[in-house]
Amino acid sequence: MYYIDPHLHMVSRTTDDYETLARMGCVAISEPAFWAGYDRGTVDGFRDYFHQLTDVEPKRAAQFGIKHFTWLCINAKEAENVSLSREVLAMIPEFLDCDNVLGIGEIGLNKNTPNEATVFQEHVQLAVDHHQQILIHTPHLADKYQGTRMILDMLGDHSGIDRSRVLVDHVEEHTVKAVLDAGFWAGMTLYPVTKCTPARAVDIIEMVGAERLCVNSAGDWGPSKPTAVPDLVMEMRRRGHAESLIKKIVYDNPREFFSQSKKFELRNPADRVGFDT
Amino acid sequence: MDSKQILDREFLEIRSRILDVASSLDRIQRADSDVSNDPRMQKLTEALQIVLTDDPHRAEKIQMLFSRQYDEHWKDQFSLPSTN
Ligand SMILES: [Zn+2]
Repeated sequence: MYYIDPHLHMVSRTTDDYETLARMGCVAISEPAFWAGYDRGTVDGFRDYFHQLTDVEPKRAAQFGIKHFTWLCINAKEAENVSLSREVLAMIPEFLDCDNVLGIGEIGLNKNTPNEATVFQEHVQLAVDHHQQILIHTPHLADKYQGTRMILDMLGDHSGIDRSRVLVDHVEEHTVKAVLDAGFWAGMTLYPVTKCTPARAVDIIEMVGAERLCVNSAGDWGPSKPTAVPDLVMEMRRRGHAESLIKKIVYDNPREFFSQSKKFELRNPADRVGFDT
Repeated sequence: MDSKQILDREFLEIRSRILDVASSLDRIQRADSDVSNDPRMQKLTEALQIVLTDDPHRAEKIQMLFSRQYDEHWKDQFSLPSTN
């Protein structure tokens, strides 16, 4: 089945992973800016990273017929440094016109601190000012519920936000309803240790339905599995779900959400010739 | 799938996971020192009690058990700049 992985950090994956993804039916990826495993010291460190996201990765993906999109920000973990964050925020507009930039992300909270909240709000304002879509990271484990509610509070305070253009990611059993009920899109992340398994993600689909819900692997430099979305496809088939519902979750929904950005162009896979994306 | 089919499919896996939990608790008990007053052990006990209920949202309840509390007046302590 053709699918889109809406959250995958390919800068920390090998070219072999691109090939495996292509073999499994992945036709497009969106890669949010995130933490590199260490704190970067300067705004130029981020400028180089954004160059990698907007120029290097699209070429690497294209070798295998995968279309690469991206989101820009300083992630919640490094947002603890407010002065560096403001330098990065001021630099981001240099890249907003790049062909593969869908919006601002993944912004959010990590340990739910005042500095993280301040920088989150400034990112939201940047997105609104530049008419960008927003992709949101919610914290993990014990911090998830509190952080998700705080993020929803801050988004609710902002009158300039079109909720249909915001996706709140890494939702789980205890946060998915609050996100969807508030009118946002939601993403479920399949990640071996700290997040959701394919079986639990399918449980959530069965409980809340498939509207405005996407699924991703969030593959990164940690113990993650970039091909987790096909695992979810298999789990849904094993449980007897219709192909149309599976396609909605792994292809139609991300396509519908991304299509709100004028940068998102993706040839219908059935009309493709070779690796032409 | 009806519930019998799900049970057929998942019985061995559930059995195996329960054994994993039981053997982890045995391992902790066998080791030196005592963690019975560690709040994490109390959380694990509470989580197992939730598993044994017939609440249809056990997973969500367990998620909440392991979550930090959310205070709807959190902004009062943060002194954030106001937004549009
Ligand atoms: Zn991520």
